[in-house]
Formats: sequence, structure tokens, C-alpha cells
Amino acid sequence: MSPVERVLRGLAITLVILFFMFPILWILLMSFQTNETILRVPPSMVFEPTLINYRSLITGKLQTAAGSLEIQFMRNLWNSLLLSTSSVAVGLLLGVPAAYAFARLKFRGSEDIAFTLLSFRFAPPLLVLLPLTIYFQQIGLANTYIGLIWVYQLIVLPLILWIVRGYFEDIPADVEYAYRIAGHSWFATFRKIALPLAKPGIAAAGLLAFIFAWNNFIFALVLASADKQPVTVGALAFVTASGIQYGQIAAGIVLSIAPTFALAIYAQRYLVEGLSLGAVKG
Amino acid sequence: MSLELTEVVKSFKDDLVLDGVTLTVDKGQTLVLFGPSGAGKTVLLRLVAGVIEPDAGRILIDGKDMRGVEPEYRGVGMAFQNFALFPHMSAMENIASPLTARQLGASAIRSGVDALARLLKIDHVLTHYPRELSNGQKQRTALARALAGQPELLLLDDPLRNVDAKLRFEMRLELPRLLKSQNATVVYVTQDYKEAMALGDRIAVMNHQGIQQYGTPEDIYMRPAHSDIARLFGDPVINLLDVVPERSANDVMIRLSGQPLTIGEHYAHTVSMPCVLGVRPEAVQFADEGTPGSFPVKVEAETPLNEKTVTLMLTAGNREIMMSRPAGTPGPATGTAHITVDLHNAVLFDHGTGTLIESSNSKTGLHGEVA
Repeated sequence: MSPVERVLRGLAITLVILFFMFPILWILLMSFQTNETILRVPPSMVFEPTLINYRSLITGKLQTAAGSLEIQFMRNLWNSLLLSTSSVAVGLLLGVPAAYAFARLKFRGSEDIAFTLLSFRFAPPLLVLLPLTIYFQQIGLANTYIGLIWVYQLIVLPLILWIVRGYFEDIPADVEYAYRIAGHSWFATFRKIALPLAKPGIAAAGLLAFIFAWNNFIFALVLASADKQPVTVGALAFVTASGIQYGQIAAGIVLSIAPTFALAIYAQRYLVEGLSLGAVKG
Repeated sequence: MSLELTEVVKSFKDDLVLDGVTLTVDKGQTLVLFGPSGAGKTVLLRLVAGVIEPDAGRILIDGKDMRGVEPEYRGVGMAFQNFALFPHMSAMENIASPLTARQLGASAIRSGVDALARLLKIDHVLTHYPRELSNGQKQRTALARALAGQPELLLLDDPLRNVDAKLRFEMRLELPRLLKSQNATVVYVTQDYKEAMALGDRIAVMNHQGIQQYGTPEDIYMRPAHSDIARLFGDPVINLLDVVPERSANDVMIRLSGQPLTIGEHYAHTVSMPCVLGVRPEAVQFADEGTPGSFPVKVEAETPLNEKTVTLMLTAGNREIMMSRPAGTPGPATGTAHITVDLHNAVLFDHGTGTLIESSNSKTGLHGEVA
């Protein structure tokens, strides 16, 4: 690579990073400003930072021009955490063994079942929501965490199943055969060979599923009432009769992307480790 | 442990791989499965190991029917052609895997692994992961893992295929001793006839979904059941010359480049039948002009092959004939020469089917006397 090329490449990368990171940076800056400083014309990067937005989110008192409003942002954040974590946990618990079965056992109808699970993603969520709402009300699952976690499997399970299945299929069958022949049961082989070798895939699938579950809006909007709603739905409360509270929205966004961000950074280690382990071919 | 296969059939979807294979290996013997790729050798090993099930037929290990018996209960050890090491475990853990399955104590496992590692000269890389091992070390690790459980039936799937020539040569020397020291019954798959000859008490030549010939290495080398088998064993390959036996005054004879050679009355049933004469290149020799039975050839090319010199020659009828002689023995490099062909160890095949033609008297082969 010539020096000119290197400089140009660096410039291009900087531009792309700026382009994609700027909104996030701007949000971060907004979260430390009052609505007045945010809305001034022309906008400026210079301001006196304030923690008032975070304070009102944490105390649950939304400050508007018309006075103070009760919000449940922290409750919503907690709901998001609970729903996403539980959904991914359930999804992994069900999806990983299922993915292994689809990858290794060729049973009748296996492809059809796997495809059916994927096809859950084809239908627009609104299409299934109406019947689901009626069912859930009848069997008492409406507005419960369990009901929501169940519905979230529609998002989480196909994702985990199809990603992890691919990773299992990439493990050479001989490696598993070798462990069986050495005298281990199929379950020990699953635990000691298949699971560790598919770990990067499971980490990737878990992370993606978590993000999808976290970002979900419509299921929780329809199926849960205020005290069970996640942060995506709760954010609607920032649109008040007396205007939109940009500062508090920004602080809310910062708080709500923090968990997924932290998880992504944490899981990245495993993803990279998985890539460098790479040589499953042994 | 003895191994017995009866009429074993296996197909994958519409692809018939094994069509009724019957085979016996006695306790303590080494059977080599030899054949081109796609002949079903590996499939046969996997059936014995129990990782796949036959469509039909029976597999008996030590007299016990193995149908439905899971691989972990068959008491076999297996080394795979592509090693199939566990990439997330050290060489030590790889080798120890048959021992951990039996839940032996840490010290028993340690000493078992150490002994094998010393024997196979990999004791210095036991803490390494497979990706840090050379191909030769991987191969030895895989072999050690197969041996660690002291299996009485050892299945080795072309373990020397993916290692370099030098190591293959060394291992070919070491393996027979190693295998004998384990006191195990061994089924060894290879595509290399030298390995087959060096290791096998018996060789089963596999081709076309089944076993084409079964016998001792000597049997197969000296009396190949088919011209294809004759071509697979031996380097340089056997000379296959079209001949038509004819009746002479008081004997049966063939003509090689016009030179008549008697093959004996017990080949009377081949008269006028198109045949193929198989002559090992070692049986061809230079001779002085005028030597009885000799005929002229044109020397085309000469090349050294290990400790041998291989000469390609053309007979009067422009047919190729190859000679192999110890390196260093004199001979004309180019031009015309005279050769004799020793028919004592030559074989006759049917021209159409390629199958071996037996003499009507089983004790005697071709005479090969000058008519």
C-alpha cells in the first residue's frame, strides 16, 4: 500500500466513523443539556453540562414546561432487562439443543419443522398480535412477564436456532465420532465437544437475539400494560402535551443502549476468540 | 478380539457403497483394506466402529452381534484419516479422552498418556493444542488417542495419508512393531500398496462395492485375481501384454514379439483365447544377442526409482514393456537391446473380463520355457 493510498484509506474510514458515530455522540451531548440549550438556534457544541435529565429519569419526575409528570422510566428499563434476558435464556435453553438435533439427526420432517420455525419471522407481527391478544386474555397470559417471554420466543428462537445450527453443522462429524468411539455418551459429546466448539456461534446468536428482543416494540405495546412495558414502549411517555422532552429522551436513549452496548463489548471477546480458534478442522 | 462381517450392505440415498461384504479377521491379526478412493473402505470402518449402521448384514465383534450397540460400548479404537483431533483440547487431553471416559484417576490417566507419548515421541508437545502441532505430531497424537484405551480392536483409517513422505516412511517401519506390541486386532485402511504389503497379515482388495480379492500379501502380489489388482500392486506397474496362446507340436505356447515361449499343457484351455500376460518388470532382463528366448527391443527411456533403474522399451510390434533392475547394473542406455522374459512368476488374465486364468493343474504356473 502506497503512503497516498494509506492516507486516503484512513480519511475514508474516519469519514465513515464520523458519519455513523455522530448521531450517537450528539445524543450523548444532548443528554447533558436542558431542552432550552438543545433547541437554541444555531446549535452549538458549547454548553454547561447538567445532570438534570438523568436525575429526573431516575427519580421518575419528568420536568416539563407545564410542571412535573410521573414517569416509570427505571421500571421500564428493568422490564426490558428482565424480558430480554429471560427470553434469550429460554431461547438458548430450547434453541441450542434443537439446533443440534436439526444439525446432526436427519429425522423425517426435520427440514419442514426448521423452516416452519423460520417462517414465524415472515408474517408481520401485527398479523399475529390480534389473535394472540384474544388467546392471551382467555388463558390469563395477557399482561404477564411469562406471556411476554413466551411471545418473545417468536423473535428469539428462530434466530438462535438457525445461527447455531450452522455452527454445529460446521463441526466435522468425525470429531464427534472420535469422542464417541473413545467411550463417551452422545450427551457427553454434545456437552464436551459440540457446545464448546459452537461457543462463538452461540455467543453471536445470543447477542443478536438479545438486541432483537431489547428493540422489540410492538408485542409489548399491545400485550403489556404500563407496569410491564419495556423501555421502547415507555419512551412514548416523553412525548407530552407540553412538548417533547429532548434532553430526557436523549438521557433515556443513553441509558437504554448501555446494556446492549456493554453486552456487545463483553461478547465480542468470545466472537473474536471463536474466529481465531477457527481451525475446527484440527 | 475377532471381527466378522457377513453380507454387509450399506448405501447412502441411492448410492450403493457396500454390496454384501463378508470378511473375517482373527484375533491379533492385521487386516489391510486396500483399494482406490470411493471403494467403501472408510465406510466399512465406520460400520465396525458403530457410527453408522448397515442396511443389512451382520457385524460380529468377538462373536457378539453389534446391531444397535452404540460406539462407546464397542471397545474399539479408531484413528481418522483427517486426525479429527478435538481442537479445543491439548494433545494431552486428546490422548486422555478414552481414559477419562472410564473415569480413571488423574494419576492413572497421566501415566497412561505419558507412556504412549514417549513411545510415539510426542511427550514434548503434550501441552500444545492441535493448531500448534505439525502434521506429523497431529498424526501421532491421533494414533496415541486411538491406542490409549488399549482397545482390542483397532481401526486405522489411512493414518499416514496426510503426512509427508519422510514421516510416512518412518512410520511404515515403526507401525508393525507398534501394532504387534498392542496385541490388538487391527483393521488398517490404505491406498498405498507398500503400506498394505508391509503391515498386513491379510489384505482385502476392495473395489466396486465389495471385496475383489482376499489373501496374504504374497498371494495378492504373486497371484492377483484381476489385472486391475495386478496394476495396483507394484511400482513400476506390471507389464500387461496381449497374447493369444496357441498349440504347438507338443505343447501350448505364446509369442512375445515373435519369440515363442511354451506355457505348459495345463494351459490347454486357453488356446486361441485372447489373453493378457502379466509380467513384473523385475522379470525382464537384458540378454546377449542370440540367447535362447531373447528378442530385440528399442530402449526408449531410463529413469532411477529408489534403488532401482526403470527402463521403458518398445518391442518390434511397438508395444511398451518396462524393466526394473537394481540401480548400478549395466545396460545399454539407448538403441537396440535384447531382453529375455522370465515367465515363472508371470500370470495370465482373460482379455475380456480381466480375471486371472488358473492353470488346470493348481500346483504349476506358467512354464516359460523356450519353445
